[in-house]
Amino acid sequence: MKALSIRGLTKTYRNGVQALRGIDLDVQEGDFFALLGPNGAGKTTIIGIIVSLVTKSGGKVEVFGYDIDRALAHAKSCIGLVPQEINFNQFEKVFTIIVNQAGFYGIPRRLALERAERYLRQLQLWDKRDQIARSLSGGMKRRLMIARALVHEPRLLILDEPTAGVDIEIRRSMWAFLRGINEQGTTIILTTHYLEEAESLCRNIAIIDGGRIIENDSMAGVIRKLSHETFVLNLRCAVAGPPPLPGYVSRMTDDHTLEIEVSKEQSLNDIFARLTQGGVEVVSMRNKVNRLEELFMRLVQSKGAASAQGN
Amino acid sequence: MRRETDVEATAPSLASIHRIGFKTIMRREFGRILRIWGQTLLPPAVTATLYFIIFGSLIGRRIGTMGGYDYMQYIAPGLIMMAVITNSYGNVVSSFFGAKFGKHIEELLVAPLPNWLIVIGYISGGVIRGLLVGVVVSCVALFFTHIPVQHPLQVAASVLLTSVVFSLGGFFNAIFAKNFDQISWFPTFILTPMIYLGGVFYSVSLLPEWAQRLSYANPILYMVNAFRHGFLGTSDVNVGLAFAIMAAFAIAMFTVVVMLMNRGAGIRE
Repeated sequence: MKALSIRGLTKTYRNGVQALRGIDLDVQEGDFFALLGPNGAGKTTIIGIIVSLVTKSGGKVEVFGYDIDRALAHAKSCIGLVPQEINFNQFEKVFTIIVNQAGFYGIPRRLALERAERYLRQLQLWDKRDQIARSLSGGMKRRLMIARALVHEPRLLILDEPTAGVDIEIRRSMWAFLRGINEQGTTIILTTHYLEEAESLCRNIAIIDGGRIIENDSMAGVIRKLSHETFVLNLRCAVAGPPPLPGYVSRMTDDHTLEIEVSKEQSLNDIFARLTQGGVEVVSMRNKVNRLEELFMRLVQSKGAASAQGN
Repeated sequence: MRRETDVEATAPSLASIHRIGFKTIMRREFGRILRIWGQTLLPPAVTATLYFIIFGSLIGRRIGTMGGYDYMQYIAPGLIMMAVITNSYGNVVSSFFGAKFGKHIEELLVAPLPNWLIVIGYISGGVIRGLLVGVVVSCVALFFTHIPVQHPLQVAASVLLTSVVFSLGGFFNAIFAKNFDQISWFPTFILTPMIYLGGVFYSVSLLPEWAQRLSYANPILYMVNAFRHGFLGTSDVNVGLAFAIMAAFAIAMFTVVVMLMNRGAGIRE
C-alpha cells in the first residue's frame, strides 16, 4: 500500500512565487524515504500541504488512500509531524505538551499518560517532564517534538530537518531511534541537510529543486548514478606539485594532500599504480564529500545551468 | 509507531476524536487561566474593588437612587458584565494570538479536529474565564452591597451569551492580528468606550434624546440591561429584544469566525 501518493501537486503563493510545479511522488508503506533539495526547493511546502498547514493550488494528495480533499481528518490521523521550527507552547510543561497532543488526536487520557511516559523515556526526556519547555536545550526540544509526533502512534512520520543544530552524539542516538520505529512498521519521510544522514537512514529518495522532482529512485540506484567522485589522498611525504596523472583531474591542496576526481570508467588501482611508480606513498584516503552530497550538488548545478541556458 | 498488540491503539472514531479533542482544548485553556491567575483572576477583583469604593461608596452616596435602587446596587450588574466582557475577549484574543505567534496553533491545525471544534474550544476558554471573573466580581460586589436576583435564568442566559459573543470577538481580532499592538487596539479604542457608554454606570434615560438614540446602536447596552433586569427587574431596553440581539450576534459571529478558519485566514498559507 502507498503511504503517500502525490499527483500533479502545484502551489503558487499569493506573492506569485511558484513553489511547486507539478509534483508526482509515491512513498510505499514501511519505507524510510528521503526528500532532499536546496533551500527554497519546495520540500517544506510539500510537507505543509500534506499536513494541511498550506493550501495547495492544484493536484491530489492521498495518505494511506485517504484523499486530503475528501477525508482530511482520516488522513491527518495517520500522520505525525516533526516540523522544522519549534512549534510547541514554550510555557507549558514537557509532559503536558505530549499529553495534550494525544488528546488532539482523540487518545483517551489514561492511554495518553502511559504513552507520554513511554516516549519521553525512550527519548531520554522523562527526567525533564515537569520542566517548562522553554528551559530545554535545542537538542531536547527536537526530541520533544519527536515524542509529541509519536504519541498518537502515526502510520506515517514526517520529519522536516529533525536534527538541525543537534550535536553528533544526540543525532546518532536519534538515528538509532528512528531506525527502530521504522523497523516496527512506521513509514518515515525525512528531509535533511545532512546528506550523510539521508544516505545512512533512507532506502528511497527524491530530490526536488525549483518546485520539481529532479531525481526519484532507490538510494542505491541514485548513488550508482554518480558519475564522478572526488577523493582526498593524504601523502606520507611532502611533494612540490601534483604527481603526473594523465587523464585525471587532480590538484594539491597542500604539500601532503592530493585531491583527485575519478569517473566511473576510471580505476583507483590505476591511480595507485601510477603514484607508486612515481614514488608517492599514500597513507589514507577518503571521499572529499559524502557521495550523496556530491550527486546532489551535481544534479542541482546541472539543473541550474540548464535553466540558465533556457533563459 | 504502530503496536499491533496494543488493543487500545486502534484508530479512534471521529466522534471520540472530537469529544476528547474538545475536552483537551478546554482543559488546556482552563489550565492557562489558573496558571496565570495573577493576570486573569486577580486584576478584575482589584479593579472592581476600586470601582465599588470610588463610584459606589464615595460618589454613589451623593447620587442617591437610580432605577429605584441604591446607585451601588444599580451599577453592580454593569460592573460584573464589564469584567465578563473584557475578560472573555481578552482570554481568547491573547490565547489564540499567542498560539499563532508561538506557532503552537499548528498542533491543532495538523490534528484531525474540525475548525468549528477548535473555535468552540477556544470560546469555551473565554466563557470559563468570563464566568470565573464574573463570580469573583460578584463576590466583591456582595462585600459592598446586597444584590437581589429577580430572574436567575435571565442572569445566567445573558452572562453566557455575552461571554460567547465577546469570546468570538476576541477570536476574530486574533485571526487578523499580526502583532501585539493589533490585539490591544480594538479593546482600547473601541471596546472600552462601548462598555463605558453602554449603560454600566447610568440609565440611558438620563441622556439627551440624540445620545439615547446613539446608545441604542450599542449592543453592549442590551447586554448590560438584560443582565441588570435579571438581578433588579429594571431595564432601559426591551429584554426580549436584548436576548434576540445577543443570540443573533453569537450565531453570526460564530459563522463568520468558522468561515474565516475554513479559509485559513491568518493561519494558513
